[in-house]
Amino acid sequence: MSEPVSALRGRATSGSVQVSDMGLQGMISLRCDLSFGKLKALSKDLVGAPVPALREAQVRNDRAALWMSPDELLFLMPHTEVDDALSRIAKAMKDQHHLALDVSDARALLRVEGPFAREVIAKLAPVDLHPDVFGPGQVLRTRLGQIAAAFWMTDAQTFQVICFRSVAHYAFDLLEASAKAGPVGHFPRGT
Amino acid sequence: MLILHCPHCDRMVDETDLHPGGEAHLKRHGPEADAEAFENYLFMRENPKGVHFERWRHVYGCGKWFLAARNTATLEVYGTYPAQTHQPPQTIRDTITERQPGWAWGDFR
Ligand SMILES: [Zn+2]
Repeated sequence: MSEPVSALRGRATSGSVQVSDMGLQGMISLRCDLSFGKLKALSKDLVGAPVPALREAQVRNDRAALWMSPDELLFLMPHTEVDDALSRIAKAMKDQHHLALDVSDARALLRVEGPFAREVIAKLAPVDLHPDVFGPGQVLRTRLGQIAAAFWMTDAQTFQVICFRSVAHYAFDLLEASAKAGPVGHFPRGT
Repeated sequence: MLILHCPHCDRMVDETDLHPGGEAHLKRHGPEADAEAFENYLFMRENPKGVHFERWRHVYGCGKWFLAARNTATLEVYGTYPAQTHQPPQTIRDTITERQPGWAWGDFR
């Protein structure tokens, strides 16, 4: 058996806003009718959280359910639990049109943490990141520089960022450069 | 720079998060159509200075298609609506009429 490794192999920066590889992360993309009744129990079973509503991120420690589109959710869980989760999904979604896919090794998960983390991201994405508009509990899919990314906040100073594995180093370098360039002073610190 | 409302994400989206998909409300003419109808479907497009209807895809976001009514001259956006809509909704037509009385686009007015 080959040993699974993350694209960034634990890369991390120091500084007042730190960028770090979060290592292996189980991720399952589920496409289906999000109003399907049994989805509630399934989400509870997989991540201990309700089905996320529009643009919602339901985060529970190292698990999460993220709203990706009107017919798509992303479930996060420990990497070793993915196979088991897939069989539980197959059971719960039996006879219901759906697509469940293990995308763990197609993606990278990074963390951006520090007092001006919000500005580190805001400099790179064409979205409104004002604390009144975006905060913990929400998820955004957009662009970071030239690549597609999704991110959410776990607290006022911490972002988690998902991108494709093939562009993980670009994402890291970009976030590192944005962090090194320092705060802009546009948003209040620590929000 | 355009900022359009994605009806699927219910949020304002920057043009650079979107991919343009050309003219909206095209009626497809397949291989059975006569040559002229097929040519019209493939090649002939509206090219208005003014009110226009377009397809856009929220490519960096939800990945879904939607339609937009906007003005190519003033860049004013009259509204957006889901791609599964065969005609511009009446509310959007009313908005356009308010801003551009007497407008016409294809068969719509
Ligand atoms: Zn969208």
